Amino acid sequence: MNDILMHLVLVADATIRMSTPLILAAMAGLCSERAAVIDIGLEGKMLGGAFVAAAVAYTTGSVWLGLICAVIASMLLSLLHGFACITHRGNQVVSGMAINIVVAGLAPTLGHALFHINGDTPALPATARFMSVTLPGAELLRGVPIIGPFYSELISGHNLLTYLAFALIPFISWMLYKTRFGLRLRAVGENPEAVDTAGISVEWLRYRAVLIAGALCGIAGASLSTAMGASFIRDMTAGKGYLALAAMIFGKWKPGLTVTACLLFAFTDAIQARLQGVELPLVGEIPVQFIIMLPYAMTVILLAGFVGKVVAPKADGIPYIKER
Amino acid sequence: MAQAKLPGWVNAGLIPALNLLVAFLVSGLVILAMGENPVEAFGYLIYGAFGYAEAIGYTLFYATNFIFTGLAVAVAFHCYLFNIGGEGQAYMGGLGIGLVCLYLGDLPFWAILPLAVLGGALFGAAWAAVPAYLQAKRGSHIVITTIMFNFIASSVMTFLLVEWMKRPGSQLPETTHFPDQTWMPKIYELAKHLGVDMAHSPLNLALVIALLCCVAVWIFVWHTRWGYEMRAVGRNPAAAVYGGISPAKAIMISMLISGALAGMMGLNELMGVQHRLIINFTNGYGFTGIAIALMGRNHPVGIVLASLLMGALFQGGAELAFEMPNITRDMIWTIQGFVILFTGALEHMFRPRLERIFIKKDTEAAA
Repeated sequence: MNDILMHLVLVADATIRMSTPLILAAMAGLCSERAAVIDIGLEGKMLGGAFVAAAVAYTTGSVWLGLICAVIASMLLSLLHGFACITHRGNQVVSGMAINIVVAGLAPTLGHALFHINGDTPALPATARFMSVTLPGAELLRGVPIIGPFYSELISGHNLLTYLAFALIPFISWMLYKTRFGLRLRAVGENPEAVDTAGISVEWLRYRAVLIAGALCGIAGASLSTAMGASFIRDMTAGKGYLALAAMIFGKWKPGLTVTACLLFAFTDAIQARLQGVELPLVGEIPVQFIIMLPYAMTVILLAGFVGKVVAPKADGIPYIKER
Repeated sequence: MAQAKLPGWVNAGLIPALNLLVAFLVSGLVILAMGENPVEAFGYLIYGAFGYAEAIGYTLFYATNFIFTGLAVAVAFHCYLFNIGGEGQAYMGGLGIGLVCLYLGDLPFWAILPLAVLGGALFGAAWAAVPAYLQAKRGSHIVITTIMFNFIASSVMTFLLVEWMKRPGSQLPETTHFPDQTWMPKIYELAKHLGVDMAHSPLNLALVIALLCCVAVWIFVWHTRWGYEMRAVGRNPAAAVYGGISPAKAIMISMLISGALAGMMGLNELMGVQHRLIINFTNGYGFTGIAIALMGRNHPVGIVLASLLMGALFQGGAELAFEMPNITRDMIWTIQGFVILFTGALEHMFRPRLERIFIKKDTEAAA
């Protein structure tokens, strides 16, 4: 009995750990798309953030400096996206793809030029990483049944960025639904003409939305290379940006549902590690490639209509042209 | 004033050229930032792509891949569908081609060639069919579903190559070699039969098939009913419905043809050079197809030109990486990304300024 509980707690623990970059990136996509800017470039911004975080943390020895630089780099990419889609009303999907491809090439090129190890960054020492934090009382409570493992394994023992990600969920909901800025941001995604008529700049609002998205992607990237991993590895995002985007669509562009979808993806990721080489009743051992495929296949199945009617922000993807 | 239009050569020639120039300028700045000389770097790039006969053969060989994937993206785009799944469709098409070559390889080449074309096209189309159906009937976002299908294709192919189709006794995830008669004839071999001596390169008959596909796509898009319906749905689905056109049907048709074109890429890569089914042979060419279609304005002639440019970039990039070890082949992706950004997303950046210059001139001339 205790054994099963421990297994469950460990899977839940891995789910929380793996959901961190997904939640941050999905929140980024949410902010951007609520202001009507489609952001396929989540993947590239995350990858850029991951590279900058690891490279700066390695050269300076400061993981905080790495995080800050990752956020700045990712926000610069957001500015580029904004310049193309908001200022020049370019195609948002094309711009996002371009950013993904630029970063997928640029990060290993710079990595090779700086560190000469095949485009990756050298392994970070523990001092230049976000290590797991033991919350007060975790050791003390460990022996207590039920609450003990729950608190010491599940709640305690994550890295700072994971706590930050979970703390940001209510903050972003509050910002979107309870502040004047959030109201305007949502309005610009539904009816930009009305916002414009009210004398508020559509462009500046959208720029702020994509900049917030950039900052969140930067943190997501840093969590990949300095918290979950200990270096930048080429293509280390491995589709997480696209999964985050899918999570946002399942989540119907709402924070709570989006986080639930992220946790679901992270859960398939977590059980994937545990399913490898395990004999299951009836089906036998599942080949590892099919387990890896799980989150992607689930995305398609869910998108095929198990999420009910999905309504995107009305102006999503449409550039705003001011009447003259 | 508003009705005044830019002259055709500005629209189709000058604007793309300017955008390309900016893309290369920005790439040059990146190379400069890495402490290398961008002029020298582009020199190696151009020499590596066109400097000698063998290089030109390689450039054309890469261009062949890009014609297939570029046409695929373009056909879907005429129906306003973003087919980002070219990579997965090409991979699956390769499986179809591989199966034909491995299991029907005893047939003579004239029988294998159409079967292989069919195999590649069918498997590619089949892989595009599911996202197409979901878009047509359930409204699932085709960008997301095609991306997911790329990942799924990659997993499925790895499974097949590791577990089922692997060459006995080999450690590598690859099949046994295709029988000799399934190999796509090289252009230099064909030239030798005609008494012409050409430099040896992997350039093969697939280029001719690719060019035939260009003609077929041109006829299909602009001169058939299906093509017309597809473009009508792409322009304005609501109006198309009033015109008695079924958007769902148009979406299915354009995506199936798109997938079939992407699937044929393996003719060049697998039957032309690898002569076996290997892991990751698509090497991102499916994504490059997006850049090709954007640069080529979704027109076959433009696509051939854009493919030549990108082929030159791929072949010249190898020379560049060799001559300047500080710059790796990944730099090609960076340049390609900038090309997509400036020719695709920022295509209108120079338009207002050029409109001011050229349209003012026109009115002055008229006055």
